[in-house]
Amino acid sequence: MKFSVGHGREGAVERLEKRGVTRRDFMKFCGTVAAVMGMGPAFAPKVAEALTSDTRPDVVWLHNAECTGCSESILRTVEPYVDALILDYISLNYHETLMAAAGHAAEKALWDTVAAGNYVAVIEGGIPTAPAGTANEPGAHGKVGGHTMLSTTTKVVSGAAATITYGTCASYGGVQKAAPNPTAVKGVGELFPGKAIINVPGCPPNPFSLVGTIVHFLTKGIPELDAVGRPIPFYGETVHDNCPRQEFFDNDQFAPSFGSEEARKGWCLRKLGCRGPETYNNCSTVKFNQYSWPVQAGHPCIGCSQPDFWDGADWDGETYMYADLTNL
Amino acid sequence: MSGCTPKAAPMAKGKHDVVVDPVTRIEGHLRIEAVVEDGKIVDVRSSSQLFRGLEIILKGRDPRDAQHFTQRSCGVCTYVHALCSTRAVENAVGVDKELPHNATIIRNLVMAAQFMHDHIVHFYHLHALDFVDVTGCLSADVSKTAELAVGVAQTVRKDPKLVSSKEELQKTKDTVKGIVDSGRLGIFTNAYFLGGHPAYILPPEVNLLATDHYLKALHLQVKAARAMAIFGAKNPHTQFTVMGGVTCYEGLTDKYINDYLDLYADIKDFVLDCYIPDLLAVAGFYKDWAAIGGTTNFMSFGEFPTPGGEADLNSRYIKPGVMMNRDLGNVETYDPAMIEEHVKHSWYKEDTPKHPYNGVTDPMYTSLDDKNKYSWSKAPRYNGKAVEVGPLATCLVNYGLGHPEFKTYVDFVLNHLGVGPEALFSTLGRTAGRGIECLITTLKTDEWVNDLKENIAKGDLDICKDWDMSAEAQGVGYVNAPRGGLSHWINIKDSKIDNFQLVVPSTWNIGPRCDNDLPGPLEEALLDNTPIADPERPVEILRTVHSYDPCIACGVHVIDNKTGNVKKFKIL
Repeated sequence: MKFSVGHGREGAVERLEKRGVTRRDFMKFCGTVAAVMGMGPAFAPKVAEALTSDTRPDVVWLHNAECTGCSESILRTVEPYVDALILDYISLNYHETLMAAAGHAAEKALWDTVAAGNYVAVIEGGIPTAPAGTANEPGAHGKVGGHTMLSTTTKVVSGAAATITYGTCASYGGVQKAAPNPTAVKGVGELFPGKAIINVPGCPPNPFSLVGTIVHFLTKGIPELDAVGRPIPFYGETVHDNCPRQEFFDNDQFAPSFGSEEARKGWCLRKLGCRGPETYNNCSTVKFNQYSWPVQAGHPCIGCSQPDFWDGADWDGETYMYADLTNL
Repeated sequence: MSGCTPKAAPMAKGKHDVVVDPVTRIEGHLRIEAVVEDGKIVDVRSSSQLFRGLEIILKGRDPRDAQHFTQRSCGVCTYVHALCSTRAVENAVGVDKELPHNATIIRNLVMAAQFMHDHIVHFYHLHALDFVDVTGCLSADVSKTAELAVGVAQTVRKDPKLVSSKEELQKTKDTVKGIVDSGRLGIFTNAYFLGGHPAYILPPEVNLLATDHYLKALHLQVKAARAMAIFGAKNPHTQFTVMGGVTCYEGLTDKYINDYLDLYADIKDFVLDCYIPDLLAVAGFYKDWAAIGGTTNFMSFGEFPTPGGEADLNSRYIKPGVMMNRDLGNVETYDPAMIEEHVKHSWYKEDTPKHPYNGVTDPMYTSLDDKNKYSWSKAPRYNGKAVEVGPLATCLVNYGLGHPEFKTYVDFVLNHLGVGPEALFSTLGRTAGRGIECLITTLKTDEWVNDLKENIAKGDLDICKDWDMSAEAQGVGYVNAPRGGLSHWINIKDSKIDNFQLVVPSTWNIGPRCDNDLPGPLEEALLDNTPIADPERPVEILRTVHSYDPCIACGVHVIDNKTGNVKKFKIL
């Protein structure tokens, strides 16, 4: 289902109708968003109000030490589609992958938004902090527009109404922080303790979790967070809690290898490294690309929404991703 | 250039130092510094701005984990690094010779969907705004645009399935009007085309049609990504390859195959009725770009192995090869011994050019003002020469080899635009080559799905072969990614990664000058005739940079774990 509320002088309902979207369809959509947020259908009108308000929040999206996979993941959202998200629901004023402007013109869009204040910052990527270069400059391993990612992120986060770290890199440092962390990368929360920061981790995260977090922020403020800063509506259960292969786990039926008959029969992948029981995320319920998720495709969960999962932090430091975890 | 009448490009007078940083609508962090004299680029530096050090992080880890780390090189060209690492380890332990046929086909189906996804997103969302003025569509006549839409959609097939209706076009125009009226332009804030720009020359109706398809492509790409997820679990960052094959047993069921086919049918319609027609329609207005932005040497690793042929590059549907000096009549066999990496102009300590066998390098960041050392990217060279990789290289190598489909569709595009093969050596040729590669891959995918069905019907249900990790081994994996030739090189010692080397497409294309102070391919292309109309809004630089579809995060390097030194490890 796709809605584009659009902008203009008429009210939102008129604009929707002009686009052939009935109020009923729109409320159904809002109900879906409410459900994704873990709210009941009674919450749908609040979602509708937030999405049709003429005060779209300004959003700036920074790219640091990252792979742009998180930005790509948000392009995969369908409720709403990304064009509605970035054109209708928010005013995405700075996003290096999508924006038309470049160079100075792009930078101006960023700093104008920051100067105006009351914006939401979405951060993608970890922050290199190691000093380097003739000036021994902290964070010199990563620069945008001639400024270190460290200095730009510091300015943007300090002025933001709220900061969402989207993806494990921004939340906890990510792959470039894996041992031996060559460029001394840190996650945003580690750098700015005390700031209003919502972690939406995953490698990449499910885009529903970002859309839901934004809607939650618009309607009810910052959601309740768990001990590592994740919104409980999206990270309240483990991947294992809702895994369709759970029965095999309970019966100690583990596939011994990927080429085995047991793997073909869809037995539990714990013996092949599945980290689902320790991983808090909604993969097994929301799925990716409206179709699948790793265990459905026969591959173990690698635990990508847990802090420092690359070094096996929540698995007794076991780094090998296909290690037998049945005795953990 | 035959048959092409370039428009006189507008030029800026005087001397200007132009810096574009950040270069947007790419993956990663790239800075372009250019000196412009009387409207032409006379000096240029391409500078990668991020160092992550993934290869050192890999050292000492299990070889089977490499794919998960390397895939995080890039989330735009997702999957290709996972596949390349998997192929490298398979090559090292020898299981590449025994890979189940279904595994090869399923990997090819996911790669085909990746080509469709990546090239469509690149054309519409990363590249089109260099040529299309979104706000220009406000003065478009919607009825005329609807008529134009019918004609354009018939470029590839006479009976197109996707033609934008008058109502749809009106809606798109209203959307743009609404955004402009609101005064808050979001992703179009400060765009170079705002307020008019002399280098944007499309009529309002073409701007409207392209903008309509820009928005439709945002929805279509969701399907292409989903097609990857059917077998690959998710996109970005697939999770279904393992050494010895793939893990998606359910991918052998009718449901999964039919779901893939349904999505594929929609993507194919879009490629045939929108992407290629739009590409040619826009190209028709910008033919002067067929004489701008050319380079000299080209290389392809080939892609889409034949089942049973994983260990043989020549088994691939798209062929490997090297073409030097634009010589279409002489495609050489690729020779791995010809690769050397140069660091004279990169942020590493001085060193002579080294084959990856012997390379050792120490990092030495200086400063942004340094004109001598100016990039985190190294400068790989083939036989001492800068070579371009990517869709244009793939097209040229395969056209030169007489590959039947490349011959057909390269000629189709050249004839449609009324230009000769020499026009391929340009920014326009690079952008057209991407479309041609996408079209050929899309048309071939049907056949691969049928191969899978036939195998299953014969009772072949193998997708993964079990095998043991060698204590010591060396191997290489090659992928011709959407951005070009990618290779991963691994040394295994005590069953752990002793060294791991990625030589990536964007390092080949975007890297700095070499030991002889000669420019890399992107620099060479920007020095080839690039006009600059307005130094404050240098969209012409973006056109050529984007024609490479750069992916800067892939340009990772090796640091020695103990010394902290960046190092090239011995290969093969």
